[in-house]
Amino acid sequence: MKNIIIEKALKLDCGKEISNFPLAYETYGNLNEKKDNAILIFHALTGDQYASGINPITKKEGWWNYAVGPGKSFDTDKFFVICANVIGGCMGSYGPATIDPLTNKPIGTNFPVITINDMVNAQYNLLDYLKIEKLFAVAGGSMGGMQVLQFVSNFPNKAKVALPIACTASHSAQNIAFNELGRQAIMSDSNWKEGLYNEKSTIPDKGLAVARMAAHITYLSKQGLQEKFGRNLQERSDLKFGFDADFQIESYLRYQGSVFVDRFDANSYLYITRAMDYFDLTKQYGGNLSKAFKDTKTKFFIISFTSDWLYPTSENKDIVIALNAIGADVGFVEIKTDKGHDSFLLDVPDFLSTIKNYLNTTYSNIDERRI
Amino acid sequence: MKEEFKVISKFIEEKSRVLDVGCGDGILMEYLLKNKVVDVRGLEISKEKVKRCLSKGLAVIEGDAENDLKQFPDLSFDYVILSQTLQAFMSPENVIENLLRVGKKVIVTIPNFGHWKVRLDLLLKGEMPVTKNLPYQWYNTPNLHMCTIQDFYNFCNNKRVNIYKSISLNGEKISNITTSNLKYKNLISELGIFLLEK
Repeated sequence: MKNIIIEKALKLDCGKEISNFPLAYETYGNLNEKKDNAILIFHALTGDQYASGINPITKKEGWWNYAVGPGKSFDTDKFFVICANVIGGCMGSYGPATIDPLTNKPIGTNFPVITINDMVNAQYNLLDYLKIEKLFAVAGGSMGGMQVLQFVSNFPNKAKVALPIACTASHSAQNIAFNELGRQAIMSDSNWKEGLYNEKSTIPDKGLAVARMAAHITYLSKQGLQEKFGRNLQERSDLKFGFDADFQIESYLRYQGSVFVDRFDANSYLYITRAMDYFDLTKQYGGNLSKAFKDTKTKFFIISFTSDWLYPTSENKDIVIALNAIGADVGFVEIKTDKGHDSFLLDVPDFLSTIKNYLNTTYSNIDERRI
Repeated sequence: MKEEFKVISKFIEEKSRVLDVGCGDGILMEYLLKNKVVDVRGLEISKEKVKRCLSKGLAVIEGDAENDLKQFPDLSFDYVILSQTLQAFMSPENVIENLLRVGKKVIVTIPNFGHWKVRLDLLLKGEMPVTKNLPYQWYNTPNLHMCTIQDFYNFCNNKRVNIYKSISLNGEKISNITTSNLKYKNLISELGIFLLEK
């Protein structure tokens, strides 16, 4: 596993300072001689640095394998793709599951509350380490999209292109509510123990599984669920008049919950959802989102999905409007799909091909149009 | 229509900021980028066409002029172009007002309903005209508010909008429209191209 130790102190939004902390990352493709082909990808809530290929830890496909790889939307034959595990995460970066050398136990809830801003500032160190002066692009969906927005506002003109996908500039009450539901599920599991559970023995797996099940519903659309599962029964011909998983959708959700606890830390889930809830770029700039992108020369391409009710088109469009208000270079399209918020992770050909063509054309036009 | 693009392109001064409203596949945007050093943005209602534009790296946003022009600040573009779509809006009046708010100058092209072939269709056949430039039947046409070059002149006069330049297109023939030849040009032009300013 690739990682760097960030020695330089990082002042967090909560007021605390961290230093000498690990940041795990992965890269795909090669940095060219001109060093102008680097793309930094930010992952979403439960993602990690393994965007492409096979995740060596879970042995499953990387979370953005549809989009990142040779000949794909983020073509690793052409671009050098970098992806880091966010701080607060549990795939090698500094987070609540990190072992505290003093106690030899996970840091747990002694970990400071972090924000999207902190995540982005921590990852910036990676660019210094890799000696990348200017990125060709920053991209990400959902929480990854929030990081894109925060990144371009913190580091203006560090990236030529920005692709915030299915995200928002200001986390909505509905989204905070769903996150709270997940956190309560975890915290009401008796194994949670105020967050000081030991990873190796008893973990709040039931609570974490319920959190994942609830969240999973929000990633799909009603139509998508209906078409995929309808009222189909699970390996039975009749209702059993009990509380087993009679319906396929129940069985599916239970499965999603159970596999999730094997790869994700419950405390990380608390911290990262909190970071999302605290995200309000509009408020950071005194209620005027345009100010977040003042004087930007970055080319923006914003994408939303018709069936995404978690980060709906209207919230994505607010970003477009803020950018248009200051004459920024912005493209926007709403992709038609019934796959809900999850669309950005799935095989949605229109979405994948539009990004691919956009990046390839923009990259080859860079010199010509002096972007 | 290449000639239309040529005329529009001639109207535009170099290094201008341009918004193409109803940019379609982005053909005019590409033409302008190739022929002048300009910063061109597009607004387009069709998802398919927006995707095609974005695939070409063009800065196009999905939206419609009647709702989405609002988001652009006053006078934020040197030129706003509306090519052959004015007649398709619910309220062309509001759209023109918004174009003139957003753009320092506005370029509007309209298919001319005063063309002699159109007049003849209605006069002789007693049917709604179907021509090369207006190929739809009355029941499936997207064109809600057809007008003639004369109508557009009257509209601009009433609204106190200055027509800086007006050009007639008839096939490949490009000519100026003046107040003295207006009646004649209204009879022979397929397309009218206007440079407006509030």
